[in-house]
Amino acid sequence: MTDAIRVDGLTKSYGPVHAVDGISFTVDQGAVFAFLGPNGAGKTTTVEILEGLRRRTGGSVEVLGLDPWSDGRALHEKVGVIPQDFRFLDKITPREAVVYYGRLFDRPVDPPALLARVELAEKADAHYDTLSGGQKQKLGLALALVNDPKVCFLDEPTTGLDPKARRAIWEVVRSLKADGRTVFLTTHYLEEAQLLADQVAIIHQGKIIAEGTAAEIIRRYGRPQRLVVDAPPELADRLRATLRLPVQVAGGTVEVEYRTKDDLQKVLAAVQGSGVPWSGFSTRSDTLEDVFISLVGRMDEGVLHPPGAS
Amino acid sequence: MRPRRILADLSVFSKGYLRSPIALFFAFAFPVILIVTFGSIFSAPTSKVSLPVEDLDHGSNVSEAFLGALSKTGAVSISQVDPATVNASGGFASWLAKNSDPVGLVIPAGFASAYEAGNATQVTVFTDPEDAADSGLVVGAVDGVANQFNLNYAHGSTIITIGTANVGSQVFTEIDYLVPGLIGFTILTSPMFAIVDITSSYRKDHIFRQLSLTPLTKGEWLTSKIIWYVLITFLTALLMLGVGDVAFGAHVGFDLAMVPFLVLGPFFFVSLGMLAGSVAKTPESAAVIGNIVTFPMMFLSGTFFPVSDFPGYLQVVAHALPLYYVIDGMNQAALFHNYGTPFVLDLTVVLVLSVVVALLAIVAFRWRDE
Ligand SMILES: Nc1ncnc2c1ncn2[C@@H]1O[C@H](COP(=O)(O)OP(=O)(O)OP(=O)(O)O)[C@@H](O)[C@H]1O
Ligand SMILES: [Mg+2]
Repeated sequence: MTDAIRVDGLTKSYGPVHAVDGISFTVDQGAVFAFLGPNGAGKTTTVEILEGLRRRTGGSVEVLGLDPWSDGRALHEKVGVIPQDFRFLDKITPREAVVYYGRLFDRPVDPPALLARVELAEKADAHYDTLSGGQKQKLGLALALVNDPKVCFLDEPTTGLDPKARRAIWEVVRSLKADGRTVFLTTHYLEEAQLLADQVAIIHQGKIIAEGTAAEIIRRYGRPQRLVVDAPPELADRLRATLRLPVQVAGGTVEVEYRTKDDLQKVLAAVQGSGVPWSGFSTRSDTLEDVFISLVGRMDEGVLHPPGAS
Repeated sequence: MRPRRILADLSVFSKGYLRSPIALFFAFAFPVILIVTFGSIFSAPTSKVSLPVEDLDHGSNVSEAFLGALSKTGAVSISQVDPATVNASGGFASWLAKNSDPVGLVIPAGFASAYEAGNATQVTVFTDPEDAADSGLVVGAVDGVANQFNLNYAHGSTIITIGTANVGSQVFTEIDYLVPGLIGFTILTSPMFAIVDITSSYRKDHIFRQLSLTPLTKGEWLTSKIIWYVLITFLTALLMLGVGDVAFGAHVGFDLAMVPFLVLGPFFFVSLGMLAGSVAKTPESAAVIGNIVTFPMMFLSGTFFPVSDFPGYLQVVAHALPLYYVIDGMNQAALFHNYGTPFVLDLTVVLVLSVVVALLAIVAFRWRDE
């Protein structure tokens, strides 16, 4: 079995609210899985069901072959968790917290090394209630790593962190992956998902609306690549006359969509042959963020429906 | 139940506790304040009547001896009033009225010479008819002393004297009941208020959710809190016994038979606090539930007054309160050194209640959301 996580037809209702509305996916062992979606989409609900913190309403869920709700104790020996709103005991220091977890899990811990890994070494002896928001998050990450977990659930681990600290967390995620651990990550930073994740799923109103690698999702839902030419608008008219490709004018530039290398060469030739003076060009492709915004936007407007819905 | 995990949790919890000035205040300073305050109130000499005396014989040997004998009766505490101030007030009666004193005594001029010559002389007791109790006491005491002086003069012999004897082996004063009562008070309040607050605020802050992701169990968590509050209770109890003894000469010392109550008391109230904190949905309602459970016990379990002094219906209420059995057990042990049926009954009640409430607390308690 190579699936670290299997989710099949998972639902979770709070009265009339379908927080999670029949989602299915699998996460390969050793993969970094990014779970994306707007606020209230159902990410935390899903993650906490996988962690065994909430009971599901329906469907089936397996993490490392265990049912998270009924086999919670066995599962918690093998997984590490940072909850979205991680909190800890006010008057306890990060060093004490790490030692505490080490003793609870009966694992050897090297507090200075572990705290250095999450860039918290200089606050090792400060009371939790004096730490900044980002420092608290880092303690959460350190605690999630104490038991040498096979699967790590990180619910928005970088929210509120400064750019340098975020990069430190990315390094931790990369090293977890290098060790062969599975990482389940939720984030609102799309470039983070694009950088780190092997698999991405986008959830919206409790349903998964896109799934695959970041590149696959961009290819499937994003706009084609564009050649962007710095040139006056009359270039657009000339190109429309000679090419069968979509052409747009956007703030002092002319954009031409293309799908193949052949097309790109034709566009370049047409630009050259148009006689319109141009000063430079670049190519542009959609990022995961562009795709996310347009997908979620179109969902919200009702233009697009989740796969499987009719 | 793994001792390693219980100790790990105990170590972290005790660090947090010792770093909280409020917790330390309620654990150590507050019990001492309680015992000093109530000890002072109850051990104040309330039975003596204060008696201002105007000695117009100006401290002659006989008037000194008379006042000395009067003081020895133990019924009055004498204060001399300067005749000059009495004159300035316009007589002894108006001086007494001005000073709101219901009784007073005047020894006449020439008291000593009259006594020695065997001439009749008269001391005057001023009384207020509205304060019959004090007046009667003073008249009786003065009369007794005067009779003695008369007998002495006539070289008569005393035939009847009064001896006193006590019912118990020892005289117990209010302070003796107060020490076990106030130890019981802290056994109740110190864990109850803290644990109700902890269980509800840990839940609100998702600390329990965090702990549920570790191998720590609910039973281990509860055990570590019980161990901590037993330790605190022992220290507090010794402190209170010490203060009661040193400051008020209380007759209660540490008795080994108190130990089961010093263990089971915190055991019970930590569990009850956890139960109250788990049935409540919010920290606010937890505090309300905690107070509803705590307040009747704070006053009606023999904390400040012995339950045997209560009117009958309140005694019935007291017997329905778990803390009553803790305090009664400690009284049996530390005060009466009676380890018979009442002691065993108290112990059994507390033991059974503790086990039941601890199990209920563990079952009712939710680490995780459903
Ligand atoms: N305990 C609860 N009771 C009622 N409704 C809930 C509860 N928990 C979550 N919900 C609802 O379920 C939906 C999904 O919430 P969830 O926390 O999973 O969102 P999320 O994707 O993690 O959002 P965010 O990006 O803001 O963290 C929301 O509409 C939320 O209001
Ligand atoms: Mg969330």
